[in-house]
Amino acid sequence: MATILTVNGTEHRVDLPDDVPLLWVLRDEIGLTGTKYGCGVAACGACTVQIDGEAVRSCQVALADVWGEITTIEGLGNPQALHALQAAWVTHQVAQCGYCQSGQIMQAASLLARTPEPTDADIDAAMSGNLCRCGTYPRIRAAIHDAARALQEG
Amino acid sequence: MANWGKIARRSFLIGSAAVAGGVAFGVWQYRRALPNPLQPGEGEVALNPWIIIDREGVKLVAARAEMGQGVYTTLPALLAEELDVAWEDVRVIHGPAAQAYYNAGLMSHALPSTDYDRTAWQEMMVEAMSVLPKMIGLQVTGGSTSTLDAYEKLRQAGATAREVLKQAAAARLVLPVEALSTENGRVIAPGGIELTYAELAEDAAGIDPPRRVALRPASSWKYLGRAMPRLDMVEKVTGRAEFGIDKRLPGMRFATVRMCPRLGGAMRAFDASAAVAMPGVERVIDLGTGIAVVATNTWLAMRAVEAVEIEWGPAPYPETSEALMEVIRTALEGEANSTLRDEGDVERMEIQPADRVIEAEYTVPWLAHATMEPMSAAAHFTGDRLEIWTGSQAPGFAEEAAARAVGLEPEQVSCHVTYLGGGFGRRGEYDFVVLAARVAQAMAGTPVQVTWSREEDMRHDFYRPAAAARMRGVIRNGFAHALEGRVAAPSVTRQSMARLTGSAPPGPDKGHVEGMFNQPYAIPNYRVTGHLAELSVPVGFWRSVGNSFNGFFMESFIDEMALAGGRDPLGFRLELARNENAPTAGVLEAVAEMSGWSAPRAEGTGMGVAMTHSFHTPVAVVVEVADRGGEIALTRAWIACDVGTALDPSIIEAQMVGGLVYGLSAAMMEEISFAGGEVEQWNYPDYDALRMGQMPEVEVRILETQGHIGGVGEPATPPAAPALTNAIFDLTGERIRDLPLNRRVRFVI
Repeated sequence: MATILTVNGTEHRVDLPDDVPLLWVLRDEIGLTGTKYGCGVAACGACTVQIDGEAVRSCQVALADVWGEITTIEGLGNPQALHALQAAWVTHQVAQCGYCQSGQIMQAASLLARTPEPTDADIDAAMSGNLCRCGTYPRIRAAIHDAARALQEG
Repeated sequence: MANWGKIARRSFLIGSAAVAGGVAFGVWQYRRALPNPLQPGEGEVALNPWIIIDREGVKLVAARAEMGQGVYTTLPALLAEELDVAWEDVRVIHGPAAQAYYNAGLMSHALPSTDYDRTAWQEMMVEAMSVLPKMIGLQVTGGSTSTLDAYEKLRQAGATAREVLKQAAAARLVLPVEALSTENGRVIAPGGIELTYAELAEDAAGIDPPRRVALRPASSWKYLGRAMPRLDMVEKVTGRAEFGIDKRLPGMRFATVRMCPRLGGAMRAFDASAAVAMPGVERVIDLGTGIAVVATNTWLAMRAVEAVEIEWGPAPYPETSEALMEVIRTALEGEANSTLRDEGDVERMEIQPADRVIEAEYTVPWLAHATMEPMSAAAHFTGDRLEIWTGSQAPGFAEEAAARAVGLEPEQVSCHVTYLGGGFGRRGEYDFVVLAARVAQAMAGTPVQVTWSREEDMRHDFYRPAAAARMRGVIRNGFAHALEGRVAAPSVTRQSMARLTGSAPPGPDKGHVEGMFNQPYAIPNYRVTGHLAELSVPVGFWRSVGNSFNGFFMESFIDEMALAGGRDPLGFRLELARNENAPTAGVLEAVAEMSGWSAPRAEGTGMGVAMTHSFHTPVAVVVEVADRGGEIALTRAWIACDVGTALDPSIIEAQMVGGLVYGLSAAMMEEISFAGGEVEQWNYPDYDALRMGQMPEVEVRILETQGHIGGVGEPATPPAAPALTNAIFDLTGERIRDLPLNRRVRFVI
């Protein structure tokens, strides 16, 4: 049975079993590969996307359970029009290998939507589910603070 | 003996050739000695193996794997510095796997001598040895050597290309070359005349490049020596960067593998009847020692592969961690493979009644790389061609191995190197490429993306070997009088060379004892022996390799010696380093100052120091820990390194912090254990790493006093573990000699 998904404002008709995780629908069916597979068990955060503005681990959301509009890293901003977080990531030269950064940025976007001026403790609490093997944490923290300021100043 | 004689003679010949052709490293020689692998497309001109000019401007070839360490930025900066192109116009590609891109820097680690104390003869031998990778086309990203190798080579490539572009302009304008200058991708002539490189490229390609061009002094550098915006950054923050796992082709199928969990063991039988009936499943492929499932979606393949009933054979090694460690400990008693340092006489030296003699044993566990991107490769087999897309640190080896696996010649195989979602040494292996090639062959005509599950990746690594050390030290009047270290572990070098060439090289294994035998410490009696444990558990290069365990053994024991002698651990090291290697003393002094080492410790805190000289770079680390109600928090850390010439301070800082985090994560919580011949860890919940909330504040200082350029990707990893255990000792009085620490310590989560 086909399912209709709205991803980054575009509708997609998907013909896959109901239990296929959203992650693999995005990557293998729709071709949006910015959302990454890291663990498949919600332990690394690389697959983080937003559903109706809330950060979720797309490896744990079955196709049939998607409850709203999906935003992936490709929809948050683009090279010509970066989101404030992406711009801060560039300013602070955060990424090393870059594999986890889509998830980091989508998680941070969700944090700033709820907590526009996060403290370090807020950042720790929100971001500790997102693993980075390259160890970019200090720059992620600085970039989130920067983006928060930029968004506040509008 | 006959063989050894032959080897020695050949080595000598190689040495002579290199010395006679003293400019063998100029671009002119490259162009002639090795075919330019670039096959320019319509309207493109390749001036040398690193520079392609087309109508849109200049494309630079990095030819090293971008796995986070910034080679797609620093290598183009080396080219652009001399070529005179605007940074915003620089485009960078990996380029093909080719002999021209050999890594001469790699062999700089091969001499069985210390790095810090090079004589002129050794310098010559390092140069001579660097001919070897050229001959065998060793295009490998590893050993923290990319900038070391590229520093002269790529600036020469940029400079000679600039000169031929000027010559082309001079011919066209009928002006002397001296009247011309270059800027932002243009040759500029008097009277405001400008010619773009694109306009001149075709003429320039017909001109013989000069043999060698004088390079610009550091004082005039525009790009080098400063933090350049990384060329991969925008792609990586917008989800556009393509990793191996992301390759998509029309009609592609998605596959996964399940190989024998007893590593190197057999597959006796399998029953795939349930799997083939599952939705989306197209094929189950017998790979001999495991299977692949091909489906319309990766997750459907991963689910189906678990539904296959498989009977596995036994492991070809002892089945438990304890039994494996017993083999390693026993090797400590056996014959030494190497004695690469033997100063004074640790056997017969006289022990005086007032001497303090201490002994200690240490162990470290097996470790996985656990790159964020699991092993993956896309492959398309069309009978007489095999195309592969993957993140590889060794694309030449990958091509050869894949060709062998599918019965093609290496020339019929192309490995396109994508971004790497972490490498750390894991992607220098090519097992995942070979499996993808075999799956593609079985699916001939259909492109296949082969993605390993995290569990498959965790349980089929080439692990950092477990290791053990027995240390003995004599402290006389508060000074280090003697140090004797015995190290035992399986040999990474021998195993990986055997995989590559079919036989393990004879002779002492330097990598096995690096980080212990070659430390710049003036200890009058100093001996280190390496003992190889024969185990067939797959082992491989893990960020900093032997230094990762020897740094821990050595720097833990140096701390124990200092404290046994009633000395301050930092001052004790400084005294040992000062007369041996000034840059090492410099990094120790720097972390002392940065951390306020000599000030009294705050209540409930402890500090530890460690220093390892590895990959041509001394790195000192101080870690501060704090007691939080019985749990330990890592509060702050300070790193000082001396890289000689800092090509990009922002990237170096990131590598130092990243190297530290990699080492701290392993020390705190990482262990691969075995039961029933199988790895017991499956995924990040049982093989975790440092998280945001556990991250200390880190400050990095980059010094530039030493005479040669040093590596940056790995050398911050070895001092991480001992700095932490020394800090925990300072805080709690407990000396922990076995990793990981979470067997004994509770860390704040």
